[in-house]
Amino acid sequence: MSKHRLLALFSDFEEAHAAIADIRRNVVPGVTVDDVTMKSPIEHPDVEEVLGERPVHIQKFTLFGAIFGVTFGFLFLAGAQATFLVQPQGGKAVIPLPSNFVLMYEMLIFFAVWLTFFSFLFLSGLFKKRSALYSEKVSLDQVAIMLELNEAHTDPIKDLFQKHKVLEIREEVIK
Amino acid sequence: MTMATEKDINEQIAWAKINTDVLRSMENPRPAYWVTVAVCVAMISVAVFAEYIQYTEGMGYANLNNPHMWDLYIASFVFWIGMSHSGTLLSAILHLMHSDWRKPIYRFAEAMTTFSLLTAGLFPIIHLGRVWNMYWVLPYVSDRGHWPNFRSPLAWDAFAISTYLSASMLFLFIGMIPDLAICRDHGKGWRKKLYTVLALGWEGNDRQWRHFRKTYLLMACFLIPLAVSVHSIVSADFAMAIMPGWHVTSFPPYFVAGALYSGCAAIITLFVLLRYFFRFEDYMTLPIMEKTAKLTFAIAMVWTYLNLVEFASIWYGHNVYDKELLIAKATGAYAPIFWSMIFLGSVLPFTLAFRSLRRHMPTMFVVSILLNVGMFFERWMIVAPTLSLSQEPHQWDVMWGSVVEWGIVFGSFGWFGLLFLIFVKVFPSVSMYEVKEMVFHRQRSAGEEDLIRMTDHTQPATETAGGEESK
Repeated sequence: MSKHRLLALFSDFEEAHAAIADIRRNVVPGVTVDDVTMKSPIEHPDVEEVLGERPVHIQKFTLFGAIFGVTFGFLFLAGAQATFLVQPQGGKAVIPLPSNFVLMYEMLIFFAVWLTFFSFLFLSGLFKKRSALYSEKVSLDQVAIMLELNEAHTDPIKDLFQKHKVLEIREEVIK
Repeated sequence: MTMATEKDINEQIAWAKINTDVLRSMENPRPAYWVTVAVCVAMISVAVFAEYIQYTEGMGYANLNNPHMWDLYIASFVFWIGMSHSGTLLSAILHLMHSDWRKPIYRFAEAMTTFSLLTAGLFPIIHLGRVWNMYWVLPYVSDRGHWPNFRSPLAWDAFAISTYLSASMLFLFIGMIPDLAICRDHGKGWRKKLYTVLALGWEGNDRQWRHFRKTYLLMACFLIPLAVSVHSIVSADFAMAIMPGWHVTSFPPYFVAGALYSGCAAIITLFVLLRYFFRFEDYMTLPIMEKTAKLTFAIAMVWTYLNLVEFASIWYGHNVYDKELLIAKATGAYAPIFWSMIFLGSVLPFTLAFRSLRRHMPTMFVVSILLNVGMFFERWMIVAPTLSLSQEPHQWDVMWGSVVEWGIVFGSFGWFGLLFLIFVKVFPSVSMYEVKEMVFHRQRSAGEEDLIRMTDHTQPATETAGGEESK
């Protein structure tokens, strides 16, 4: 049995949400909400209510970046300052903690921000080749539901979408 | 009698129109845009010529000498760093506070942050004189035994500003990704190629939006303490020195308030220009201008208060050098600049208290520029008088800056302006997806309010009916 990918375009969130709610209620047996991807021109309002909680792990990388920034910052600075032993210090500490705290604060933020950025790039599924079903209307004013399903389920799902005033359905065979 | 609240934006505006208006703005600005570009190029030419003279003839042409080793270049550096703070204020703080009126204007404020920092970064290099040795400020291992002094606030500056520059560029870029995807989907030619690369394959699916929301929030949380630390560290360049007028405890908050103040004033200037250049009357609306002006007024009052605190501390502190310096600023050679600073920084903002003036674009344009003139004077009055009247009377003099120095400072405004104008021509200066969000959420809450009003309407009607019956 071949696997299909469907993209259904809706004019607003209400109808798209209602269609997903039906999928969630198992109106079409064999198709679950886990198979659903929602696309929209703005950040989804109430997306968790419709699709359920889906994990985001970026904050863990941010925390790692912050801790790395503080520790590496101190080690880098202390290492650099230790080489100053050959220079006259005028009785001052070789590794001055007050100024190092200021710099560690900056490095905490520096690494936290960069790790956040890189984790966003990797975890949010960017850099992928866009599907042939991609519709430019999603960046304009339409909401899309995309799902992968077996051939046997395509007709019931299309009927479901029609019930919720779908504007357009695009389909491709993926394997 | 109740007055209907004016809306920040037309909530009935179609999403397709938002795309069309913003995309058209990048293709088809008014002719005044090109005139401004030409003016900026002319200003840069002046600076390049001045720098050429300074480079070939030496720093003597900038009048920089003992005791005036710092003057307009460092004042300009502080000014441009300060200007950069508004982007963070408007974007990060108002984002965390869920103030959605920021959405149509935060993009250009963030861009302003980045270009202000790039402009500020030029001044320490120009100030060095030997610009070819600029890499000496970096903490690299040197076989000549040169190491930066980590105890010096100047080394802290290098860390803080590079962190702020990279963080603010990332913040600007991440916030633009959904809009770059819109540009990619509707662009042609070189623009389409550019936006395809920069959009990073954004499709607007729920996974991307979920991660986007978290990333933007985390970045905003880090940018606020970063912005405060950057200008505190810049203030430490002065406050760590035991010089009259500089060794002041209130300098860090004073610098931060001044930075926010000049940044907000610059937002008003650019607001007026962009609204006109790109016909953004539907997005950069009068109510949003009013809110920005009120914010500027509030910050102006904080700045005024901190000024008074500083003067009072000096006056009652009875440190002879500090007190003499304050009196000299108010009555000596620098008095015209000092009093102009007080007038432009503390008195002129009261024009922002009048609704009719806040809604008059030409007035706001002129006032915002004058506010920033006042803020430039403030930075100049921090740097120059202290060096003119330090603890050694045999060094006392007055420093007005040379033509070369003024030429480079003048050109820096052209440099900033040109970078900004190129940015707003290549990238959307109004955030399309956020304006759509703003419209969507306001329509939705208006619908909910209508529902509540309808429910409430039935309630008094019943009561009235009951009352009439009882009569």
